[in-house]
Amino acid sequence: MANVFNNITKGLLEAITDFSDVFKGAYSIRENGSCASMQSTKNIIITPKKDKPGIDINVLPGTKNETVSIPACVTHSNVDDLVYNDFFIGDNCDIVIAAGCGVHTDGEESSSHNGIHRFFIGKNSRVRYEEKHIGTGSGTGSRTIDPVTEIHLEENALLEMNTSQISGVTKSVRKTTATAAAGAKLIIKERILTDGEQIADTFFEVELNGEGSGADIISHSVAKDNSRQNYVSTIIGNAPCSGHSECDAIIADNAIVDASPRLLARNNDAALIHEAAIGKIAGEQILKLRTLGLTEAEAEAKIIEGFLA
Amino acid sequence: MLSLKNVCWSAPDGKKVLNNISLDVDEGKLVAITGPNGGGKTSLARVIAGIEPVQSGKILLNGEDVTNLDITERARKGISFAFQQPVRFKGITVRKLLEIASGQSMGNDQLCQILGSVGLCAKDYLNREIDSTLSGGEIKRIEIATIFARHTCLSIFDEPEAGIDLWSFKNLIQVFNDMHKNLKGTLIIISHQERILRIADEIIMVSEGQVQKRGSSEEMMQHILKNQAAVSACYKQEENLNG
Repeated sequence: MANVFNNITKGLLEAITDFSDVFKGAYSIRENGSCASMQSTKNIIITPKKDKPGIDINVLPGTKNETVSIPACVTHSNVDDLVYNDFFIGDNCDIVIAAGCGVHTDGEESSSHNGIHRFFIGKNSRVRYEEKHIGTGSGTGSRTIDPVTEIHLEENALLEMNTSQISGVTKSVRKTTATAAAGAKLIIKERILTDGEQIADTFFEVELNGEGSGADIISHSVAKDNSRQNYVSTIIGNAPCSGHSECDAIIADNAIVDASPRLLARNNDAALIHEAAIGKIAGEQILKLRTLGLTEAEAEAKIIEGFLA
Repeated sequence: MLSLKNVCWSAPDGKKVLNNISLDVDEGKLVAITGPNGGGKTSLARVIAGIEPVQSGKILLNGEDVTNLDITERARKGISFAFQQPVRFKGITVRKLLEIASGQSMGNDQLCQILGSVGLCAKDYLNREIDSTLSGGEIKRIEIATIFARHTCLSIFDEPEAGIDLWSFKNLIQVFNDMHKNLKGTLIIISHQERILRIADEIIMVSEGQVQKRGSSEEMMQHILKNQAAVSACYKQEENLNG
């Protein structure tokens, strides 16, 4: 049966997930601070928390090829939503989690969504986590999204997190922390675009505690107009491990970007690398695309689109 | 199909690089432009593509005056340009760049054919980013593939042999031979390489910002080799005197 939502919610859901009329698998849709629709499956059981707003998502050991979607939508001004979602993922799972949040305001007042997500990922499990954040609407009130993500990876677990904030969010503070046991791997790909007067702060802190654990944190961002971005990543190698942090930013107009990749080696077999590059779009890139028939504006758009893909 | 009439262009430091140069290139020909370093070959190619604006003179493409058109407009009129040092793009894949070049989304078969024509296997390259993980030879071939994908009436290659390994170079000759045979357009290749010069229908020698001499590949090669021998003999004589 199709999930029925108003047009704003539907638009936000389409933008942050692959929603089209119906969610498949397990899901919990949050709308303006309360649950709009929820469904568990045999292997993925979603239960509302009793002591605070939010849900527990229990994924039974051995669950494979299933998806759980937990998008949140704020559809008007004057909403201040806070939610706690905990994922308990058993051993030997292979699943996809689609989350993300859209905040829409048409009025002068502000709205915000703070999603606090914790992931407890069992041994040998593989999880792909897709998280998109957007802001929409013509309102002058600010649209704030402050996601907090806490990740715990048991032995040989893998989490691939694709997180993006591409448009319309006035202000965001994005905090991600993680711990990895032996053989566990964390891959984070972050994509951020800010324009106007927007502000985006990103903080990553990953502790590699087990032998053979690894982290790869790659952030691509574009800052335009008068927007400001701040990127701080810390990888702590407490064991023989490998960690890589990359922050690439394209800066335009009067935007400001600060990048601080930090590596802390606490074991002499920890191999940690960081890269950071900030600069405007290279003139040669524009020139090349113009020789292929694009205008300067089209060339810039293609370069940014590719960079944030 | 291409005519330059009394074209002048000076570098930003004021040095006159193209000095009242005039030339005509016939349709469907493979023309090699050669000459000493600093003689104006690359500037000539860039002026034709609209990358550098002419300061005086005229450029006609198929009889149409394109002198005042910018790079984009000239590209849309059918001029393609392969850079001597191809640019790298973080995030843009080979597939995406070829689609931008062709102006449409393309099926795997088409993409496979284009990459195959420059000796690359589509399966290995289509989803690769055009970044520093590609070697000089690979990126050069992808640059040439963008010209294939465009299939325009005039394709200009600025020193396609620069920065590539011997294996890639040998294949490059074959690529240009095939391109000349299969594409109906006109090819202009800026080059110093004898093997490239030998496959041209015509060679134009540019020096001091002017056409010094032009002719068929056969007669021009004799002239070039004779001059090279004279230059070498001169160097040898000088060495003997100094020694």
